[in-house]
Amino acid sequence: MALLRITSPHTQRAGQRTSWVMQMVILATLPGIIVQTWLFGWGTAINLIIAGITALLCEAAILSMRRRPVAFFLKDYSALLTAVLLGVALPPAVPWWVTVTAVGFAIIFAKQIYGGLGNNPFNPAMVGYAIVLVSFPVPMSQWLGVQELVASGNSLSFMQSLQAIFHHLPAIDSYTMATPLDGFKHKDLLDSDTAFNTIAALQTLNLRSWMWVNLAYLLGGIALLWLRIITWHTPVALLGALFVMSGIFYLIDPSNAASPVFHLTTGAAMFGAFFIATDPVSSCTSNRGKLVYGAGIGILVYVIRAWGGYPDGMAFGVLLMNFAAPLIDYYTQPRTYGHKKAKTGLNIKEDN
Amino acid sequence: MQAAQIFSFHGGIHPEQNKAQSLQLPLGRPPLPNELILPLGQHIGQSSRPLVKIGDKVLKGQTIAMNNGFLSSFLHAPTSGTISAIEERLIAHPSGLSDLCIILTPDGQDEWTELTPLVDWKVGSKTDVLAYLSEMGIVGMGGAGFPTQVKLQGAHKHPLSHFIINAAECEPYITADDMLIREKTLELILGIEILQHLVEADQVVIGIEDNKPTAIAALNRLLDERNSTIKVAVVPTKYPSGGEKQLIQLLTNKEVPSGQHPADIGILCQNVGTCVAVHDAIYQGKPLISRFTTLTGDALKSPQNVEALLGTPIAHLLDYAESEQKKLHRLVMGGPMMGYTLDSAVVPIVKTSNCILAATKKELPTPAPEQACIRCGMCEQACPASLLPQQLLWFSKSQEHEKAEHYNLFDCIECGACSYVCPSSIPLVQYYRHSKSSIREAREANVKSDLAKQRFEARQARQEAEAAEKEAKRLARQKATTQKASDKAAPTKAATSATATPSAASTNDESKKLKIDLAIGKTKLKKLQKQLLAAQENEHLEEINALQQQATEQEKQVALLEEELAKVSTAAPSAAATPAPAKAPVSDELKKAKVDVALIGVKLKKLQKQLLENPDDNEIKTKIAGFEADLKAAQALLEKLGANGPATTVAKAAVSDELKKLKIDAAIAKAAVKKVEKALKKAEEIQAPEIDAIRQQLKEAQQRADNLEKTLANPAPAAPAAIASSPANADADKKRKIDLAVAKAGIKKAEKNIALLKEQGKDEAEIEASEWPKKLAEAQAKLATLETETNPSETATAPAASMTPANADADKKRKIDLAVAKAGIKKAEKNIALLKEQGKDDAEIEASEWPQKLAEAQAKLATLESQTNEPTAAPKIETKTSDEKPNLAEQIKKQKIAAALAKAQINKLTKRLENSVEGTPEEAESIQQEILAAQQKQQDAERLLAQLTHSQDNTQENR
Ligand code: SF4
Ligand code: SF4
Repeated sequence: MALLRITSPHTQRAGQRTSWVMQMVILATLPGIIVQTWLFGWGTAINLIIAGITALLCEAAILSMRRRPVAFFLKDYSALLTAVLLGVALPPAVPWWVTVTAVGFAIIFAKQIYGGLGNNPFNPAMVGYAIVLVSFPVPMSQWLGVQELVASGNSLSFMQSLQAIFHHLPAIDSYTMATPLDGFKHKDLLDSDTAFNTIAALQTLNLRSWMWVNLAYLLGGIALLWLRIITWHTPVALLGALFVMSGIFYLIDPSNAASPVFHLTTGAAMFGAFFIATDPVSSCTSNRGKLVYGAGIGILVYVIRAWGGYPDGMAFGVLLMNFAAPLIDYYTQPRTYGHKKAKTGLNIKEDN
Repeated sequence: MQAAQIFSFHGGIHPEQNKAQSLQLPLGRPPLPNELILPLGQHIGQSSRPLVKIGDKVLKGQTIAMNNGFLSSFLHAPTSGTISAIEERLIAHPSGLSDLCIILTPDGQDEWTELTPLVDWKVGSKTDVLAYLSEMGIVGMGGAGFPTQVKLQGAHKHPLSHFIINAAECEPYITADDMLIREKTLELILGIEILQHLVEADQVVIGIEDNKPTAIAALNRLLDERNSTIKVAVVPTKYPSGGEKQLIQLLTNKEVPSGQHPADIGILCQNVGTCVAVHDAIYQGKPLISRFTTLTGDALKSPQNVEALLGTPIAHLLDYAESEQKKLHRLVMGGPMMGYTLDSAVVPIVKTSNCILAATKKELPTPAPEQACIRCGMCEQACPASLLPQQLLWFSKSQEHEKAEHYNLFDCIECGACSYVCPSSIPLVQYYRHSKSSIREAREANVKSDLAKQRFEARQARQEAEAAEKEAKRLARQKATTQKASDKAAPTKAATSATATPSAASTNDESKKLKIDLAIGKTKLKKLQKQLLAAQENEHLEEINALQQQATEQEKQVALLEEELAKVSTAAPSAAATPAPAKAPVSDELKKAKVDVALIGVKLKKLQKQLLENPDDNEIKTKIAGFEADLKAAQALLEKLGANGPATTVAKAAVSDELKKLKIDAAIAKAAVKKVEKALKKAEEIQAPEIDAIRQQLKEAQQRADNLEKTLANPAPAAPAAIASSPANADADKKRKIDLAVAKAGIKKAEKNIALLKEQGKDEAEIEASEWPKKLAEAQAKLATLETETNPSETATAPAASMTPANADADKKRKIDLAVAKAGIKKAEKNIALLKEQGKDDAEIEASEWPQKLAEAQAKLATLESQTNEPTAAPKIETKTSDEKPNLAEQIKKQKIAAALAKAQINKLTKRLENSVEGTPEEAESIQQEILAAQQKQQDAERLLAQLTHSQDNTQENR
C-alpha cells in the first residue's frame, strides 16, 4: 500500500484542537453564567440562546457567501464563543434586538469581514458590545438587581424574562437597579463613605452579589490557566494594573476614590481579565507583550471607570489595547535562544 | 562522582514516550541481507570516492571508498563479498532522492580484513589519531553525520570547558542509544576516555534523560568502579532535551550564540554511538560498519533494537521484525518528531539511521486539516528556541521573508514542538522549511545576479575596447592605403605594419585585460574557497551551501574568462600570421616559387627512384633531367624573387621560423596551463591540500605562456638576429638539402600510406585518426621550414644564368604537372560536389579533407602556372614568339580561373561571416581577414590577367 509522505513532526498533541480550546473557554464561563442566572434570573440564559443562534446563523451566512466550508468552520466553536461572551456581558433583560445587533455586528463586521477566525484585529465580542453600548445606552444600563434589593423584591421569572426580552415588560423598572459601578459613577459630589451608605447600588448585598459573579469568573479563569489555554500574563497584568491604579488613587484620595477591592470585584473585572483580554487573536503574542497589553487594559479600565463617561471600561480598554497590540508585539519579541538581546521594532536591517 | 547541576530550557513538550515497545526484546542481530547498499554520501560534506570496481572482492572492514576532501569520510565494507554494482539507488532522504551507492553482495563468509588497532593512541600524535578516526569512517551518529575528526579539530579552537556526551535520546520511540549504553557500557566509557584524551575538556558530562533508569544505573556502576571523573547528568524527560543546543543549555546554562557553534563557547558534543564507534576503531581496529537501530511501531510484531550492518535494506529489517505490510501506513526514518517519511523500504540503513518507525494509521494518524491560527501562543510556549512561531507562520504565509528573518527564522531548529502543540494542526515546521529554502534560494540568486552583473560589465568593457580597436585599425588601414598610393616603392611594408601590428597589438591588449580579469576572478575564487574551508571547519552548515554555490559560480566565471583568453591568444598568432601573405605580392610569389621547388623536388625524387628500379628507362631519365632543370629554374626564380626583397624576405623567413617555434612553445605552454588548470579544478573539487602548489604551477605556466605570447606578438627584436645569422648559412646548405630530401621522402611515404588507406576503403575519419595525416603535416611543416632555410642561401649561391638553358625541357614537365594538378582539382571539386549532393552541410564538407585538397591543388596549379609563365615569359618573347600566344592564352585562362576561385572563396567566406554573426567577434574578425586576403588574391589575379591580356594584345600587334 502506498505509504504516507509528510514532513515532520508526525505526531500531534492528541485532542487539543482549536475547537477544544473554544469549547473549554465556553465551559469555563459556566460558573459565571450559573451565578448570574442565580442572581439575576433567566435573562442571561435566554440571552445566550439568542446570541448563540444569531452567531451561528451570521457565521454560516457569511461563510457561504465567502464560499468557505460552512460546517468545517462552524465546528471550530469560535462563533459560539463570541456569542457566549456577549450573552453574559449584556444586561440580562436587554431586548432581543440589542443582543442580535451586538452579535451580528461582532460576527459579520468584527470577524468575518476581516477574514474570519484568526484575522480579526479587534475582539469581536467587545466590538459588538461597544456598538450597542454606544447605540442603545438605555437598555444597556438596565441591569437587574438582586431580588432582595429591587422594588419588586423578586427576580424575574422565566416568563417575565422572556416577556422583557421579546416584548416589553412595563414593570421592568421595579426589577432593575444600577450596578455598583454605575452607582459609584453617579455618586456625584458625595464622598465615598456617604455613597456607600446611601446609594442602593452600593449596598453590601449588591456588592457581594457582584463579587460572587466575579469570583465565579475567576474560578473559570483559573480552570483555563490550569488547562494551559491561557497564560497568566494578561489577566495578572490587567488585574495588577487595576489594583495598583486604584490603590494609588485610593491612597491619595480615599474619600473620592473606591478601594482596589471594590474595583477588582465589581463590573467585568474578572470576566474581562480572564475571558476578554485573553482572546488570543486580538491580543499580544509574546509573554512580555501580554504583560504590557494586560497592564494597558487595566490602566484604561481604571481611567474610564474613574474619569470616563461610562461606568465600566472593559470593552473600550480592550479595544484600545487591540489597536496597540501589533505595535507592542514588535517591541516585545522574546530573546531568541543564542541571541544576546531581543530584537525590537521592525528595523529589519539591524541584526545582532 | 558528584551529581551534575541541571538547568532548564524554554519550552519543550512531553509527547508520549512510546519507548517501552522496542525495549522488550534483547538486542537483535539480523541475518545478512542479499545485498548491502552503501550510499557514498552518508555524512555531511562531499561524497566519498569509491576505491573499488565492480567485481572486486572485498573483505569485511576493507575500505571501499575514501574521503573526498576535507569534509568527507571513508566507507568500509560491512561484510565480505563482491562489489556487484556502483550505481544510483534510492536512499533514505527527506525528498526521496537517489544517490550513488556501492552495492555489495555478501559471500556469507563474513571474513574480516586484517585489523590494525591504534594501540599507541595515548602516546602518539593527536593528529594521527584524528586521521585514523577519519580513515575508520567515524561520523557523528546522532543526527547529521558530521565527520567526527572535523568536529574534533574544530573543538581545538577554544579551550573546552565541557565535553558533553549526548545520551538524552529525547525523541519518542527511539531506544537505540539506551540499548547501546546498556550493551556496551564499557566500550562507551573507553570511547569517551579516548575522545577526552583528544580534546582535554575541563569536564566530561554524559547527559541522559531520566527515562532510562537501567542505562543510568549501568553507567553509574561502571563509573564508580573505575573511579572516573566523568559525570552523569540526569535531565528530566522533555522533548527536545537531546537537541545539541538544548542539552548544552540544560547542562551548562550557556547558550550557543546564534550562527555559532558549541565549539565557539568551549563545548563539544558527541553522541554515544560515536563514542562507541571510536572505541571500536581505536581498540579493535574496526571501522564503522554497523550501528544500533531501533525498529519500532505498531506495524511490527516484534519491535526491537538491532545491530544492523550499514547498507542493510530497511525491508530486510522490517521482515526481521515481522512487519505486517497491511498495517503499515507510514514509514518514518528517525523519530516521530524530526524523522522523515520514506516511500519505499528498499532504502538502506546508513551511519545516521537511528530508528525505523513503522507506524499504523491509528498510531500516527493522518494530520487533521489545517485551521486558522488563533494566535493562541501554545507554539510559542513550546518553542525551545524562544521564537514566536505564530509570527513566523504569519510572515511565512505572506512571504515576508525579511520579517521572518528578523524574527530569527534561522534559529529555528525544526524540532517540531510548535507543530505538535498547535491546536489548529498547522504544519508550522513545513512552512518554516519552505521559507528557509526560499530565502536561501533568494540569497543564492542574489549571488548569481551579482556575478552576472560583473560578467556583463566585463563583457561590455571588452566590447568597447574592441570597438575602439577596430576604429584604430580602420584608421591605420586608411593611412596605409594613402601611404601605398604615395609610396609605391615600399607598399608592402606599409601594409604589413598597418595590418599586422595593430591587430596583434590589440589582441595582445585584450588578452592582457582578460588576464587581469582572470586574475581577479581567481583571487575571488581563492577567497571564496578559503571561506568555504573555514565554514566547513566551523561546521557552519548554512554557509557551506551558499559558499559552495558562490565558489562554483566563480569557477565558472574563471573558466569563461580562460576560454576567452584562449580564444584571444589563438586569435593573436593568426592575426599575426594572416596579414603575412597579404604583406606583399612578392612574398606570395616567393611562396609559390618555393612550393614549386618543393614539388619539383618531390617529383624528381620519385623519378630517381623509378630510375633506380629501371635503370635503363630512357624516358625516366629524360624526365629526371627535365625535372632537374625545372628545379633549377624554379630555384632561379626563387632567387630572383628573393633579390626583389632580399632583406625583408630573409628576415621574414627567419622571423617566421622563430615565430613558428614561438608559437609551438606558446601552444605547449598553453597546453600546460590548461592541464594545470584542470588539475586545479579537480583539486578544488576534492579540496585537496595541494591546491596551492597547483595554483603556483598554474601561475608559472601562465607566466610562461604570457611571455611567449608577448614575444610572439612582437617578434621584431628577433628579426635582426635572424638576419645576421642567415649569411653564415652557406655551409649549412648541404645539410639542409639532405634534410629537405629526407622530409620530402617522409611526405611521400605519408601520402602513400594515406592513399593506401583510402584504397582500403577506410573512411576519412579513420584516416584522420591514423597517424599518417599527422605525419604528413609534420613532414610538410618540416619541409617548409627547411625550404625557407634553404632558399635564402640558395638564392645567394645558385647562379642566375644556369636556369635558362634548361627551360625548354622544363616546359614539358610543367605542362604535365599542370595537367595532373588540374585533374586533382577536378577530382576534389567532384568530391565536394558529391558531398554536397549527399546533403552534407557546409561544416561537414569543411571538415572533410576535400576542400583542403582542392585548395592545395589549386595552389599547386597556380604555382605551376606562374612557373610556366614566368620563365617562359622572359626568354620566349625573344625566341619563340609562336609559342607565346598559346602560352599567354593559357595563362589568361588560368588567371581567370584563379580570379574566379578567389571570388568563390570570398563568397564562401562572406557566407561564413554571416553565419558567424552570432559567434564571437574574434571569429568574425578572422573571417574578415581571410576575406581580405582572398580579395587581395582576386585583385592580384585580375591584375595579372589584365597584364597578360595586354601583353597578348601587344604580341598580336607585334606580329
Ligand atoms: S499554536 Fe498554532 S494556532 Fe496557536 S498560535 Fe501557534 S500556530 Fe497559531
Ligand atoms: S520547530 Fe522551530 S519554531 Fe517550532 S518549536 Fe521548534 S524551534 Fe521553535
